[in-house]
Amino acid sequence: MKRTLLKQIVRDRQNKQPVALVTQLDGGAQWLVYPEGSDASAGSQGKKNDDATGLPALLIPEARRSLEADGCRRLDAEGCAYFIQSFNPPLRMLIVGAVHIAQFLAPMAELVGFEVIVVEPREAFAQEGRFPGIQLRRGWPGPVLAELELDARSAVVILSHDPKIDDPALAAALGSSAFYIGALGSTKNHRGRLERLAAMGFDASACARVHGPVGLPIGSRSPAEIAVSIVAQAIQARRGQPE
Amino acid sequence: MADGEKLLELAAAWLDEGISVALATVIETWGSSPCPPGSHLVVNAQGEFRGSVSGGCIEGAVVAEAARVLAGGEPARLSFGVSDEMAWEVGLACGGEVEIYLEPLT
Repeated sequence: MKRTLLKQIVRDRQNKQPVALVTQLDGGAQWLVYPEGSDASAGSQGKKNDDATGLPALLIPEARRSLEADGCRRLDAEGCAYFIQSFNPPLRMLIVGAVHIAQFLAPMAELVGFEVIVVEPREAFAQEGRFPGIQLRRGWPGPVLAELELDARSAVVILSHDPKIDDPALAAALGSSAFYIGALGSTKNHRGRLERLAAMGFDASACARVHGPVGLPIGSRSPAEIAVSIVAQAIQARRGQPE
Repeated sequence: MADGEKLLELAAAWLDEGISVALATVIETWGSSPCPPGSHLVVNAQGEFRGSVSGGCIEGAVVAEAARVLAGGEPARLSFGVSDEMAWEVGLACGGEVEIYLEPLT
């Protein structure tokens, strides 16, 4: 791989620009393919390393499909073997409530590869010292989550245990395509939460998106163990394995 | 969720320091393998490496092969599997097979 191509991929990753790398496995030629309509679509402009010359045309839609599926694959085209590698921005985990469990969950989720953002309106909890190196947003979840533009690559974990913080966060999450929504609380608390969501106009299928009590049932007791169960459940939601 | 390690960023930093670097990418797996296609290992001319292309069975062989690729300047494709005598020697005992694309960063 040429250094300029490597640097371009690194830049794209910094800019959270999805990009696919296509490698011809026999000759070593390489191309970058961008999602359709992005500023940097393959061959659409004179950007360095963005020249589709020599790239079999069918590989451009194939590369875009791989990006959408967040996958890597090998395939043959015009008698040559190719490998498509997707580079997507990291999945995000928005943690609402800077509580004790969040202090364990945030670094664990980062280890797994999530970009983690903790949202907390209460000054007493929203202290940088409790979350070293973690993005911390002071504010109410309604406006903060709206600003963060939740999407299908977002997980929302709601931990505050306080309806006036939890409920607007749940409403924002359910109004988005977030791939995982979890909310801390006992089975009894969860029933109450579902009733409040129903009163807010969310139907049964919307309410069923909320994992509560949060986390896989592994008998977690400590905050760290609960964090493990939450990370595991978010991975399960992402990878599509049956519960 | 992959690549919390920022291996390409590390490779770019090594290059900036004037150290040559090879990039190994898993391009196909069969059977049991903990590193799916797209998994990376970066190795520099000093033999330092980060990342993984298997559960730890073949990293040593890949690092050794990287020295050859860095010297020759051309990419190589490496296959490891249970039917491969060398893989047995380096201990790919998990029953899986893996194919790796190893390229110098030039």
